[in-house]
Amino acid sequence: MDVDRAPLGRLQLAAAAAIPIAFLAIFFVYPLATIVGRGLAESGSSTFATGETLRIAWFTTWQAALSTALTLAVGLPLAWVVGRFAFRGRSLVLALVLVPFVLPTLVVATAFVAVLPGRLDRSVPAILLAHAFFNVAVVVRVVGGYWAGLGRTTEAAATVLGAGPWRRLREVTLPQLAPALAAASALTFLFSFTSFGVVVVLGGPRIATLETEIYSQAARLFDLRTAAVLSLVQLGAVAAIVVVASRLEGRLLGGRSSETARRVLRRPRGRERWLVGSVLGSSAVLLGLPLAALIRRSLSTPTGIGLDHYRVLRRETSILLVTPLEAAANSLLFATLATGLALAVGGLLALALARLRPGWLDALVLLPLGGSAVMLGFGFVIAFDEPPLELRGSALLVPVAQALVAAPFVFRIVAPAIRSVRVELREAAALLGGSPLRVRREIDLPLVARALGGAAGFAFAIALGEFGATIFVAQADRPTLPVAIFRFLGRPGAENQGSAAALAVVLALLAAAAALVAERAGGRRSPL
Amino acid sequence: MVKRLVLLGFVLLSVSCGGDDAGEPTEVVLVTHDSFVVSKPVRAAFEQESGLRLRILQSGDAGAALNRALLTKGNPEGDVFFGVDNNLLSRALAEDLFEPYEPPGLDAVPDRYELDPEHGLIPIDHGEVCLNVDKGWFAERRLAPPRSLDELSDARYRGLLVVENPATSTPGLAFLLATVARYGEPGWQELWRKLRANDVLVVDGWEAAYTAEFSGAGGSNGTRPIVVSYASSPPAEVVFAGKPLDEAPTAVVEDSCFRQVELAGVLRGAQNESGARTLLDFMLSERFQADLPLSMFVFPVRDGVELPEAFRRFAVVPERPLELSPEEIGSNRDRWIREWTSIVLR
Amino acid sequence: MRLRAEELVVGFDGTAALAGASLDVAAGETLALLGPSGCGKSTLLRAIAGLQRLDGGRVLLDGRDLGGTPPHRRGIGLMFQEHALFPHRDVAGNVGFGLRMAGTPRAEIARSVVELLGLVGLDGMGKRSVETLSGGEQQRVALARALAPGPPVLLLDEPLGSLDRPLHDRLLDELGEVFRRLQQTVLYVTHDVAEAFALGDRVAVMRAGRIVQTATPNELWSRPANGWVARFLGLANVEPLGESVRITRPEAIGVERSPAGEATVIRAERSGAVVTLTLRDSAGRELEAVVAGVNVPAPGDRVALRIDPAGVVFVPAGD
Repeated sequence: MDVDRAPLGRLQLAAAAAIPIAFLAIFFVYPLATIVGRGLAESGSSTFATGETLRIAWFTTWQAALSTALTLAVGLPLAWVVGRFAFRGRSLVLALVLVPFVLPTLVVATAFVAVLPGRLDRSVPAILLAHAFFNVAVVVRVVGGYWAGLGRTTEAAATVLGAGPWRRLREVTLPQLAPALAAASALTFLFSFTSFGVVVVLGGPRIATLETEIYSQAARLFDLRTAAVLSLVQLGAVAAIVVVASRLEGRLLGGRSSETARRVLRRPRGRERWLVGSVLGSSAVLLGLPLAALIRRSLSTPTGIGLDHYRVLRRETSILLVTPLEAAANSLLFATLATGLALAVGGLLALALARLRPGWLDALVLLPLGGSAVMLGFGFVIAFDEPPLELRGSALLVPVAQALVAAPFVFRIVAPAIRSVRVELREAAALLGGSPLRVRREIDLPLVARALGGAAGFAFAIALGEFGATIFVAQADRPTLPVAIFRFLGRPGAENQGSAAALAVVLALLAAAAALVAERAGGRRSPL
Repeated sequence: MVKRLVLLGFVLLSVSCGGDDAGEPTEVVLVTHDSFVVSKPVRAAFEQESGLRLRILQSGDAGAALNRALLTKGNPEGDVFFGVDNNLLSRALAEDLFEPYEPPGLDAVPDRYELDPEHGLIPIDHGEVCLNVDKGWFAERRLAPPRSLDELSDARYRGLLVVENPATSTPGLAFLLATVARYGEPGWQELWRKLRANDVLVVDGWEAAYTAEFSGAGGSNGTRPIVVSYASSPPAEVVFAGKPLDEAPTAVVEDSCFRQVELAGVLRGAQNESGARTLLDFMLSERFQADLPLSMFVFPVRDGVELPEAFRRFAVVPERPLELSPEEIGSNRDRWIREWTSIVLR
Repeated sequence: MRLRAEELVVGFDGTAALAGASLDVAAGETLALLGPSGCGKSTLLRAIAGLQRLDGGRVLLDGRDLGGTPPHRRGIGLMFQEHALFPHRDVAGNVGFGLRMAGTPRAEIARSVVELLGLVGLDGMGKRSVETLSGGEQQRVALARALAPGPPVLLLDEPLGSLDRPLHDRLLDELGEVFRRLQQTVLYVTHDVAEAFALGDRVAVMRAGRIVQTATPNELWSRPANGWVARFLGLANVEPLGESVRITRPEAIGVERSPAGEATVIRAERSGAVVTLTLRDSAGRELEAVVAGVNVPAPGDRVALRIDPAGVVFVPAGD
C-alpha cells in the first residue's frame, strides 16, 4: 500500500525491468510468435483431430501431476534433513542432488532402463520415476532452503500445546512451508509437463505428450500448422498453471525472517540421528542407483575395471571435430555466459518486480519453460535471418537459449530473497546517505548474495546440461559436452558407449563442482 | 556485477551482429543434420585446397534439418545442404530448394544412386538399413539366426526383435519401407500384424533400440538379439570394440536390407555459390568419399574408392537391396506410417 | 538547525493518516511527539525523512523546502523502532556506514567510529557481529550509527519500545545526556508519556493525524488543551461539565486524616516516594490524590480534602 517504501527511483526501476523484458521479447516472444504465425498462416487443414489434441493434453497434465506428487514424496524427507539439521556434508548433499538435473535425459534414461525391474520401462510409471529422479533437486533446494529460514519456535509451541509429531507436521510445519511447496510443485509440474527426452526414451512410442507431439508434427511430419496449434495449447496451459500456482503462492506468502536461520540448523540428536541417517541413506540409494549404473558402465572396459574410457577426453575421434576436452571447455564457457545472462535477466526482473506482491507477473517469467524447444529453434532460424539480427549460426545463440531456460529459475530463487530483505534496512541506508543504486549494492546485494549464489549454481547446472535447445543452435566446431555425449551414444561399439558414459560422469562432476563453488561463493548467510 | 554482465552480453551481441559480407567470400557454410561428421584432416585438406573456411551448421536430425532449410527458403542459412535421403527427397524437390549443379565427380557414381535427374541433389553416400543379429546369442542357444523377413514371424523368434518407430526414426521408416518393398500391399500390413503377435518391441529411436535393447551391442545389457540397424554396424562393433577382434560379434540379415542414399545440393540464394560448387566437388572427391565409412559409417557412392580394412573384412554390401522410388515414398509415406501405427501400436 | 513541518497531509486508501499536522523544532531542542498508536506519528516521521510521499504541506529545514529532495540527500538521521541494523556488517561497519556513503576517508571513519562507540558506551566492540549483541547494545549501535554523519536533525521512532524496564530507564537517561551534550536537534516519537516528559524540552501531542497541543511538560501537565489530552497524559479527576471538563490535578488535593472528613480512602498505591490515593466523597464522586511521606492514610480511613484552586482548570471536552 505504501508506494514509496522501496527507495529506488521509478526511472531506475523501469531501466532495471527494460533489460530483461527486452531480452525475453527478442529471444523468446519474437521468434516463437514468428514461427507460430508462420504455422498458422500455412494453408491446408491439419489432419490432427481436436479429440486427439485433448487426449494428449489430458495425458500430459495428469502425468505431470502424478510426477509432481511422486517428486514431493521423494524430495520432502531430504528437504527436511537439509532444512533442519547441520551435519557434515550438508552442502555436498545440496550439490549432489543437482547432478540428476543436469545429466542429459538420454544418458539417464538409458541408465534407468538398466536398473528398472522387469518390464517397468516403456510405461507411465517409468516416466513418473524418472521425472521424480530429475526434479528432486528442485524440491530439496527450494523447500529445504525455505525450511531452514523458518524458526523452530512455532513447532516448539505446538509441542508444548500437546501436538504429536504428525499433527505438528500437518498443522504447523506444512502450512508454513506452503509458499515453498507451491513454488517447488509449480516448477516440477512445469518440467514434467514439458519434458521431452524422458517421455521419448522411457515412454516408448505409444506415449505422447504435447511436447513430443509438437516435435513429431514439426520435425517429422512437416505439419507446421498442427505444431503451431499444439504450441499455443501448451503455452496456454503452462500460463494457466503458473498463474494459478502463483496465486496460491502469493496468498500463502507469510512473513518470515531470514536472520534466524543460523540458529535453526543444528546437529541431529537422539532418535533424529537415526531418522536423518535413514533419509540420507535411502535417498542415496534412490538417486544413486542410476548414477552408479552410469559410473560402472564408464569404468568397465573389455579388460576389466579401468579408466580407459576417460582417455577419450584428450583423443581426436572421427565423431567430433574437437576433442571431448575441448567440448567440455566449450560447455564451461557457454554455461558461464549463460549463467551471467540468466543472472542478469532473472536478477534484474526480480529487482524490478520485488516491490510488487507476487502475482501474475511472477508467473509470466516462467513462461519460457513452456515454449517448445523445437519450435523455438525453428523460430530462431526464421526470426533472426537478416541484419541487425542476423544471428543464425552465431555461437551466441547457445548461451542465449540456455539462459532462456535458466533465467526463470534465477528469478524464482532471487525474488523471494529480495522480498525478504526488510524495508527498514533500505530506508536506514538511504537516510544515511545511500543513493538508491548504492542501497541496492550495499544492502540488497550482500543480503541476497547467498540466494544469488544458489541461483548461479542452478543456472550453471541447467546451462551445462541443456540439450533440447542447444542441439538446434550448436555449431559443429563448438559442440558442448551433452552434444558430444549424444554423438558418442549415436554410434555403435562398446568403446563409443563407454566414452558416452565417461563423458556423462565428467558432466555430472562439473555440475556438482559448480554447485559447490556457487554455494561457497554466495556467502555464509541465508541457507539456500 | 549484474550490470557488467548485461553490458558484456550486449557487447558480444553487437560484435556478432557486425556484418562481414564485404569483399570476396572467405567461407562456405554447410547446413546439415547432427549425424554429419567429417574427420579433421579431410576438412583441413578442403580448406587448404579451396582457400575457404568450412563452417558446419548442424540442426537436429535429418527431418528437422530439412525443415529448417524449407523454412529459410530464399534466404538460406548456408550454401550447401547435406542430408536429404530418399525418404525426404520428394518433399525437398517439390519445394524447389536447390540450384542444379553437375559436379565432375558424378561420372564416377553409378546411375542407381542418381535419384534426381535434374541434378538439384547429388548423391554423396549410401547406407543400408538391415536387421542385425547377435551371433553369440544365437550360437549359445544353438538357434539359427533368421535369414529373411519371412522368418521373423516364426514362433522360435518370438520376443527377439526390436525395431524403431517409423514415425520418429529414420532406420525405423526404412525398415517399414523394406517390408513394403518386399510384400507390397496388403502383404506388408499382414507381416506387421504377425510381428505384433510375435511380440515385436517398438522403441522411439536407434539409440534406444541398438544401445539399450539389442543384446549384441558392445557394452549393452539389452536382451533382444535382433535389431533394425545398418549394414555398417558389424564393422563398427569391431572398430570400436576397445580390443582387437577377429570376427564381428554381429551380422547382417542381407535379405532385409533397404537402401538409403544421402544427397547434397547447392541451396538457392546461397551467399557463396561458387564456394558451394567447390564443396560439392570435394564431397564427391576420392578423399572425402574414402573418409565416409569411418566417419559416418556409410558407404561411398563413388566407384573404386577403397574401403577401410574393417569394412573390407566385416561389412556386407548387399547385392540387391530393397528399394522404392522417391516418388512412391513421397506420395504414400504419411499413410503408411499411419497404418503402421494403427496396426502395431494401437 | 530548525525543523518545521507545515500542514502535512498524507492519505492512504481514502483515509487520512496525516490531516494537516504541523510542528516546529528549534535548533538544539528535543521535541517529543506523543500520541497513541495509530495516530499517525510514525507517518509524520517518515514524511519528514522523505520516506513517505506527501499529499500536501511542506517540510522545511532552516527555512529550506525539502520537497523534491530524496531521503538520501536530506541529511536527516533516523533511528528505527526495530534498530534495522545491517546484519551483514559488523558494529563498526554499521556505525561507519553513513560516513562511508558521504565519502569520508577511511582513517577518519575509523576514528569517528571509535569515538562514537565511546559515546554510547560500547568501547572496543567494533568487530562484533551485530547479531550477537543484546537488545540494549543493538540500540546503542543504532544510535551511534544515526549520529555518525552528524545529521542536523535526528528523528527517533519509539527506539526504546522493546526493552525491559531497567534498561529502558537507563537508556532514556543516556539518550537525554547525549542529546544535550551534542546540542542535537531531535524529534522523538513515543507513545509513552513518561518517556516524552523525560526527554522532551517540549512535547507535541498528536491525535488522528493532527497535532493537538505543543507545550513544555509542565505546561501540558498544568493546562492540557482538552479533556482528551488530559486523559491521555494520565491525568485523573477529569470531570465532564457540559461542553467543557473540570480537571483537578491529584497533587493539588490536600488530604488529612479526619474522622469527620467528607471522603473515604478506597485504595492506596505506593510508587516510590509517593502514594496515590483513590477517594470517594460523600457525593459518590471518585477522586485521585497524591501524597508523599510514610505516614499516609490507609484504605477505610476517612479524610478531609483541601483543594488548591490553582490546581483546578476548566478546558474544552475535546471529544
